[in-house]
Amino acid sequence: MPKQDFVVRFAAEGGAGVVSASEILAQSASQYGYHVQTFATFPSQILGGPTWTQARVSTSRVLSSGDEVDILVAFNKEAYQTHRSEVRPGGVVLYDSASFTPDKDKQAIGLPFDELAKKSGNLRAGNMVVLGALTRLVNWELDFLEQFNAKRFSRGRPGDEAIVAGNKLALRLGREAAASAEMQVGQLPPPVPVSYAQILLNGNTAIALGAMHAGIDVYVGYPISPATPILVFMERNLMGPGKFAYQASSEIESINTILGAGFTGKKAMTATAGPGFSLMSEGLGLAWMSEIPLVVVDVQRGGPATGLPTKTEQSDLLAALNPAHGDVSMPVIAPGTVEECFYAAVKALNWAERYQGPVIILSEMMLSERSENIPKPDLSKVLVENRKVYTGNNGYRRYEEHGVSPMPLPGGPGSYIANGSEHDPFGDTTHLPDRHIHMTERRFAKLKLLEDGAWESKNTQHSIAVMPWGGEKGSGMEAYAQLEAAGVPVAWYYTMFLNPLPPKLLEELRSKELVLVPELNYMGQFASVLRSHGVRAEAITQYTGLPFKVRDLVRRVTERVQAGNKGRVKV
Amino acid sequence: MSAKNPEYDFKWCPGCGDFGVRRSIEFALKEWSVTKSVPIENTVVVAGIGCSGNLVHLLEGPQPFGIHGIHGRTLPIAFGVKMARPELNVIVVAGDGDFLSIGAEHIGPAAQRNLNITCVIMDNGVYGLTKGQSSPTTVFGTVTSSTPFGKVEGKVNPLELFLGHGASFVAGGFSGKPRELAKLIVQAMDHPGFSIVNVQSPCTTYNDTYDAIKGDPKKGIAPLLYDVPPTHDTANWEAAYKLARSPGVPVGILYQNPTSEPLERRMETMKKKARLQTTQQLVDALNV
Repeated sequence: MPKQDFVVRFAAEGGAGVVSASEILAQSASQYGYHVQTFATFPSQILGGPTWTQARVSTSRVLSSGDEVDILVAFNKEAYQTHRSEVRPGGVVLYDSASFTPDKDKQAIGLPFDELAKKSGNLRAGNMVVLGALTRLVNWELDFLEQFNAKRFSRGRPGDEAIVAGNKLALRLGREAAASAEMQVGQLPPPVPVSYAQILLNGNTAIALGAMHAGIDVYVGYPISPATPILVFMERNLMGPGKFAYQASSEIESINTILGAGFTGKKAMTATAGPGFSLMSEGLGLAWMSEIPLVVVDVQRGGPATGLPTKTEQSDLLAALNPAHGDVSMPVIAPGTVEECFYAAVKALNWAERYQGPVIILSEMMLSERSENIPKPDLSKVLVENRKVYTGNNGYRRYEEHGVSPMPLPGGPGSYIANGSEHDPFGDTTHLPDRHIHMTERRFAKLKLLEDGAWESKNTQHSIAVMPWGGEKGSGMEAYAQLEAAGVPVAWYYTMFLNPLPPKLLEELRSKELVLVPELNYMGQFASVLRSHGVRAEAITQYTGLPFKVRDLVRRVTERVQAGNKGRVKV
Repeated sequence: MSAKNPEYDFKWCPGCGDFGVRRSIEFALKEWSVTKSVPIENTVVVAGIGCSGNLVHLLEGPQPFGIHGIHGRTLPIAFGVKMARPELNVIVVAGDGDFLSIGAEHIGPAAQRNLNITCVIMDNGVYGLTKGQSSPTTVFGTVTSSTPFGKVEGKVNPLELFLGHGASFVAGGFSGKPRELAKLIVQAMDHPGFSIVNVQSPCTTYNDTYDAIKGDPKKGIAPLLYDVPPTHDTANWEAAYKLARSPGVPVGILYQNPTSEPLERRMETMKKKARLQTTQQLVDALNV
């Protein structure tokens, strides 16, 4: 059977350009017609420290970053030692021979990366030398990289021509050097053209674009890994009449500022990660209490406290559902792919407008930093919602109804007070028991408006199901395809709408004997949420700071299904 | 709203300085509304938490919009309101505990941005609503419920702090003179930039400073209160700083930057460098 995909890992000291190496490979390969997904993990520093990135190139849609490495590009000895064991039998190690020489490694080819770059006339073409060598190892022609090079570096600047020519030579020199080793890792069939338009982007950009499409007016954020790129995007692109983006002085400021903007009728959003999300707790409670639409993106990283700033984890779910003190149940949308990041952002802004309150998007480091080719969204078909605005007379009883009511906007009629204390219909503070009962029930009743979330399922006849959430959807899908092919009797469920859960989905889940939830945290957070909904759920956990390997998921699900009712979960 | 509203159950103590501040804000809003020909609904009052914040519920007459938010976060909320809708008139009402203690981190950024809002700070030198704990403006050595052997921290001088942070309009006021205070608040609202009126608004229950502020000849107490001298140059920051550091409670404008450029105008200028793209163009740029 011919090979269907390749995983290439670039490992180096931070600052060596491994991020751009995998991005260039992903961009050029996707332009050529392949499907791609990149993965990156780095230390929390700018220069230095071990860094690696990975690109998976495939003839079909890439679901996960890949378990095994076909080609390891090792820029130094430490990188070689750390990653060598992950190279599959028959794989190849491409190492910088100017830096080190491994002991008796029959799978390794040494190239002097920088020396060849120097020969090309472009000292910074080390990446191109490596990529040129790669084309030889997987038996690709050079043309698509050459086309990419010509397109990418012709920016209308003086010196462009020299760079393009230098890169072109570097590609060739790398390829020739690799050819002399006469090694190959297999041949990828030509790409299968898709019938739809595609874009290549990462999860952070997808969220930003989704918010733009949904009509975001105000973005206020504070720099924090891995959410900073959303701030940077907005500072560049969110402008025009009535719109603005701003870097706040803290996450406390971010949340309260978007709340002020939301009060005036604007669609407002911020993005942060765990530590910043903790600081937003009180502001989220105020938004819930005073019924002000806003969206908070939590790009999860390892926690608690500063935790693992540049690693991936799904451990903020419980915090996202109940971020504030008091009776609060926050709407949470957790996208599972880069494509879903776009639609999650649109939906989050729509939900916020519809029920007049805060909505959380729970993303993950692993989604935010990875690039993926996705079907290009047809913006004309993606529905955008706007809040109901009050247009009557003054003296409006804003909080009278048992559910959502039209919202007065400053400058217009119906002045009221958005109050964080329990309040009467005008928003004035009150402590009357009847009023607290009415208002608490009103706030929860509004969640009913958000039960329109989509979900997917497969082989629902089985009594045991697997249901990943968030960014582990991809490895979950890939594992599920293998489980299905192996005849393991297990159903598949998935939704990105974690609160409120689609009622029909919940009904089905409750009918299962066992729902297995693969998730990247110690506590089994989503499984515990499902159990609180009366679902017999059990978590398959991992807390390494890295995503699941597909083979681990296949093994653990298979073992649990084989164990059957033994150790059955009681609810 | 409260007068008509039987459900609202908060009351200030008799003699509370905040009554006077409320009246002056009512005067100021009325004048603003008439002279600018804008409805009162164009004003948003952002209130802090504490006795002072309840002012937003107690305003009589035509009602502005209000936000009664989180302790210490009036400035971030007001920032969002003002920058989202620069045409709105935004007033922050907060106490010394809210504004100068838990919320102090927001003064610097607001001042450096020259956020075009007006802050009316009701300074009574004590936490009233929690029944008499020491605040940043409580005098050193004062015995309160949280400093039973005397306060060990020095007293913050708010005027000095605001000037130090770069506020472009700083004034002192007194709740016992609501007409004068209203005039100051109107001037602050007219100022294109970050304006603060720090008002001595005594707490009759936990820190009654009326005698000290107004003086009492019968008891031989000289008043702390004095009018900013007419010779004072309000455009001179050094002179304002000197005045803020001298003893007593000055009433009037200490400083007003005559060339103040509000944040919304600065942002307009900066954004001229930007190239506006539609969402469709941004998506198209990612085409494979």
